[in-house]
Amino acid sequence: MTAVTAPPKKPVQRGRPGQSSPKVAYLPIIFLTFAIGVPLLIILVYSFLEKPSQGTGVKWVFTTENYKALFIQQKLDGTTALDTRYLKVLWTSFYFSVITTVATLTLAIPTAMWIATRDARKRNLLVALVTLPFWISILIRTYGMRQIIADQGPIGKFLGLFNIEWSILYSPPATILGLIYVFLPFMILPIYASAERFDFRLAEAAYDLGAKRMTVVRRVILPSIRPGVISGIALVFIPALGSFLQSDMLGGGKTNMVANVIANNFGQARNWPFGSALAVLLIVLTLLFVLIMQGAAQRRGGKVELV
Amino acid sequence: MSDKYLEIRNITKVFQTPEGGEVRALDDVTLDIASGEFFILLGPSGCGKTTLLRSIAGLEYPDSGEIVLQGERIDDRPPYERPVNTVFQSYALFPHMTVGDNIAFGLEMENVAKEEVANRVEEALEQVQLAGYAMRMPSQLSGGQQQRIALARALAKKPKVLLLDEPLSALDLKLRRGMQVELKRLQRETGITFVFVTHDQEEAMSMGDRIAVFSQGKIVQLDTPVEVYRRPVNAYVADFIGETNLIKGTVVAGGISLPGGNVLPTDQLAADSVIPASGDVTVAIRPEDLVLATNGMIGGTVRDIIFTGDSVRVHVTVGDVEIIASLASYGTEIPAQGSKVTLSPEHRAARTVAL
Repeated sequence: MTAVTAPPKKPVQRGRPGQSSPKVAYLPIIFLTFAIGVPLLIILVYSFLEKPSQGTGVKWVFTTENYKALFIQQKLDGTTALDTRYLKVLWTSFYFSVITTVATLTLAIPTAMWIATRDARKRNLLVALVTLPFWISILIRTYGMRQIIADQGPIGKFLGLFNIEWSILYSPPATILGLIYVFLPFMILPIYASAERFDFRLAEAAYDLGAKRMTVVRRVILPSIRPGVISGIALVFIPALGSFLQSDMLGGGKTNMVANVIANNFGQARNWPFGSALAVLLIVLTLLFVLIMQGAAQRRGGKVELV
Repeated sequence: MSDKYLEIRNITKVFQTPEGGEVRALDDVTLDIASGEFFILLGPSGCGKTTLLRSIAGLEYPDSGEIVLQGERIDDRPPYERPVNTVFQSYALFPHMTVGDNIAFGLEMENVAKEEVANRVEEALEQVQLAGYAMRMPSQLSGGQQQRIALARALAKKPKVLLLDEPLSALDLKLRRGMQVELKRLQRETGITFVFVTHDQEEAMSMGDRIAVFSQGKIVQLDTPVEVYRRPVNAYVADFIGETNLIKGTVVAGGISLPGGNVLPTDQLAADSVIPASGDVTVAIRPEDLVLATNGMIGGTVRDIIFTGDSVRVHVTVGDVEIIASLASYGTEIPAQGSKVTLSPEHRAARTVAL
């Protein structure tokens, strides 16, 4: 008998388990390039073009006037003066975003710590509850908010019983309230993710070494959840800076945030080049903020979870 | 060892299980620990020894009872107001702080002056032979080094009682033996009272001045290592501390009838053995107390022979039970497997034990 031996097979080249082929990433990369890169490029190009004398769109003539117009006002007599209108809008956006970030941070840390200290089954339920608002469209939620905080809404009626005047709708506090409400889960979730990994035996060790409650929080717990806090700040502050809906629907358009002005230029004002220039400025400022945060995170020797 | 330094009085702690049941982790435990003593809480996992340690630290509050240190009640105080410190099983070093900051942490809580903090950190590091490691991060240290830092952090506080929760359990055998010697030395040098929790009987015996053997929330025996080993109060202790042949027998005239038709004469048992007038008893004999004899009292068949280097362990089938004899490696003729042998207990070390 002669044994028929097959030639040795070339082993199939397989990646190590858990290591995916770069090919898998091609489609998302292509998609993201088009969905983010191309519009950004268009905005950048438009911001250096002139506005047509009639209608919307752009006139293909290079100009830097749009950027000048962000800061300088051309008076009728031909003289120029510093225009602070847009700086004020940017300042308002920044200020609202800071308040939103601080408020959500203050609410999220105890909430996240509390969830992280529950038993496993309860934890999952509570995390699901935190994500519950995502099930409903932000538009509907903001409408709901408007009904609740309206002068004659449930809060207003209740306070009316005690002759307390309630009127915050269509004012900055309403916008900020709306921002806090929408962004709170984005602060809770990353902090919870850090808190869940926190080894509570470290807190016990700190107590054992003579630390009181607040010292344990300040010196042991907060430094341990810092990566989550930094992620949370980035996830709240950056989108809050560019948010539009809250000041439009709750603020009544009285106190504009920068996104409202951009939207207005693309809409009613029909000044696409100027809107683009403002959008570019917002992107640059946001990037600047990210870089500062990153620097701060690195200086303190922490893991950087931004960008 | 009779002076009362740390007193545990009638401590009871009941835990609720998620299924709605109750576990008595500590059941009316009372004991006194002397100043400067190396005291061991020994028992299998879930016997309550760690709960007692955590109750002394203040990380657990007992349901009833008192903990008194130097005549002052401490059980109602929070952990940060108790002059005791813990070395945790997991070490629990703060990962975001350097080794030096870890050790300084406890001192800063006492508002110790800055220069003194630095001195005491240095001193603590020298005590655990890791001088010069202050600027390292805990993650850059080996398990054994982290263990020493955890020890240094607690020692730097100069506690009145140092509580150690299975601190050596994560180390390999060689490192563990080295640390046992070092801990014993540190305890002698500092004069601090150590309360050490372990489930390792060998560790307990090699380090402890006294051992409290726990079972199901109660202290079964409290004595020196020699006494606990030589005079176990019951079969549980005899079996848990070291290795023991526990053989069931019946009291007959002049001795105890063992399986396989063997009779162990009463005068071969330890003098303080309690032998009832009749009925069943359990005889405990340590393997090293048995020798091969030409006309021994316990006859059987050799089933297995295991050579361990320092001894030869002979498993002998006697009636329906197996008895292990640990024989000296030299000077003993090793019997063949399957051969008939007789064993004799030596130095009247065999004793009856309560179940």
